[in-house]
Amino acid sequence: MYAQMIKSTGQGVKSDEQMTEQERAFQARIDAGEKIEPKDWMPDGYRNNLIRQIGQHAHSEIVGQLPEANWITRAPTLERKANLIAKVQDEAGHGLYLYCAAETLGISRDELVDMLHSGAMKYSSIFNYPTLTWADMGAVGWLVDGAAIMNQVPLQRTSYGPYARAMVRICKEESFHQRQGFHIMMAMCNGNQAQKRMAQDALNRFWFPALMMFGPSDKDSVHSAQSMAWKIKMNTNDELRQKFVDETVPQAHYLGLTIPDEQLVLNEDTGNHDFTEPDWSEFHSILKGDGPCNVERLEVRAKAWEEGAWVRDGMMAHAEKRASRKAAAG
Amino acid sequence: MDHAFEFLVRQGDNVLVLGHRLSEWCGQGPVLEEDIALANIALDMIGQTQLWLSYAAEVEGANRTADDLAYLRDAWDFRNVLLVEQPNRDFAVTIMRQFLFDAYHVPYLHALESSKDQRVAEIASKCRKEAIYHLERSSSVIVALGDGTEESHKRMQAALERLWPYTGELFLSDETDDAVAESGLAPVLNDVKARWLQTVQSSLKDAYLQMPDNDFAQIGGKSGIRHSEHLGHMLSTMQVLQRSYPGAQW
Repeated sequence: MYAQMIKSTGQGVKSDEQMTEQERAFQARIDAGEKIEPKDWMPDGYRNNLIRQIGQHAHSEIVGQLPEANWITRAPTLERKANLIAKVQDEAGHGLYLYCAAETLGISRDELVDMLHSGAMKYSSIFNYPTLTWADMGAVGWLVDGAAIMNQVPLQRTSYGPYARAMVRICKEESFHQRQGFHIMMAMCNGNQAQKRMAQDALNRFWFPALMMFGPSDKDSVHSAQSMAWKIKMNTNDELRQKFVDETVPQAHYLGLTIPDEQLVLNEDTGNHDFTEPDWSEFHSILKGDGPCNVERLEVRAKAWEEGAWVRDGMMAHAEKRASRKAAAG
Repeated sequence: MDHAFEFLVRQGDNVLVLGHRLSEWCGQGPVLEEDIALANIALDMIGQTQLWLSYAAEVEGANRTADDLAYLRDAWDFRNVLLVEQPNRDFAVTIMRQFLFDAYHVPYLHALESSKDQRVAEIASKCRKEAIYHLERSSSVIVALGDGTEESHKRMQAALERLWPYTGELFLSDETDDAVAESGLAPVLNDVKARWLQTVQSSLKDAYLQMPDNDFAQIGGKSGIRHSEHLGHMLSTMQVLQRSYPGAQW
């Protein structure tokens, strides 16, 4: 769930009568479960909505490398170090598939990256929280990847072909990451007092931010209806959040950890857990740029991009020179 | 001194330190494809570290594990060459350091495949498959950026000159090198040097880079007598959890 607050058309869903014939035919294909492919006709709104969503998802993968890369150099064993490098590398790979999927909609990777750096495009709020102890590597895998999977598994059936196919590959790896994160948490919870304290502290800090990953409550989510009609979004924010809570609570119990929510209780009537909503004012302030790490995350990315310019230029120049040498040689 | 142990730790420390250095790039590469490639090579090297240091720990027979060797030795007990502990600086230094090491690593591992120690031969064979890919990649990047733009050429030439004094140590034999060559555990370094030089000359030529005309060598890494100041800082980061919480299982 690396896409939050994606603006759709802002117009609400068009009724049958409001649609042009072309739009009706398009909607019929989606309703029939067909995949839309890059060369197919699509409404501008659909295209722009997808660019925003896939772009934000891609940026989240790239910025999302940073809170974990923060611990690669301090990973406590060779095996943990290797696993974490592999995970962060997978995230870069996800970013790559997603930028490629976005490119099929007619926008370049460079344009998307510029929009990230200028603040015109966002990435998931979760990556603006700091990772402070090794247990955070467990919590991020367990909770953050866990929340991402909730959203991404249904997106394998999304209407846009290249996005759906990227999701199939991504989901396989995310499930592995989540298990890896849970495994770190287990080691911490079976460890010494300090390790147990780190584990509980990580859960305390990441619980509500993880719930925020699903985006605002359905009643406040103005853009959902159109995205759902287009099968760009498959479930509502609240449905997914509830599913996440219901699946995570028993896992926390198994670990011997306490979810930091005194109101959390299993509702016998619904079979679901009742829980406290995250602080949405904190969520909105993070989206505005005021999270604990917003400035640093963007600064690191922008610096990497600027300092890498000579490398990209050099490689490009070499490719051109090589091509012209080859042409000259006949 | 147990030369076999010393030899194995040298192999493990080279890839541990270089793998760690590469992992410092994660999330900050100049372009996504390079970010992924650097992480991939780092990952291979940490995997190779596990093989070498596990065997070193067995040979030592002192109840230590590969993790103990990686996380609980101080800088003076590290046996990596100075080249690999040099800081990343810019991408030019990082990729040039990689190339200069890979160009040594491939023929060295190739020779180790004929080691009279079966286990060394097996580890070397597995590592060489990865090292061949690393060399293909680093040499092609050297060529591209040496050729590329005026700025990329200038940076690559500067990186080469900066790192050149650290290449000599790879081939200067000391007591351990002589002993393991004598016993058939490892090759004579001079034989490897000829192949290294061939690779380096050929890639630098393709990259329009000038090989420094200077054979001065900084030494002290593989003997552990005088590492650079950089290694201590690297270890203080790398070892922080093992040092702060002795005996904890992670």
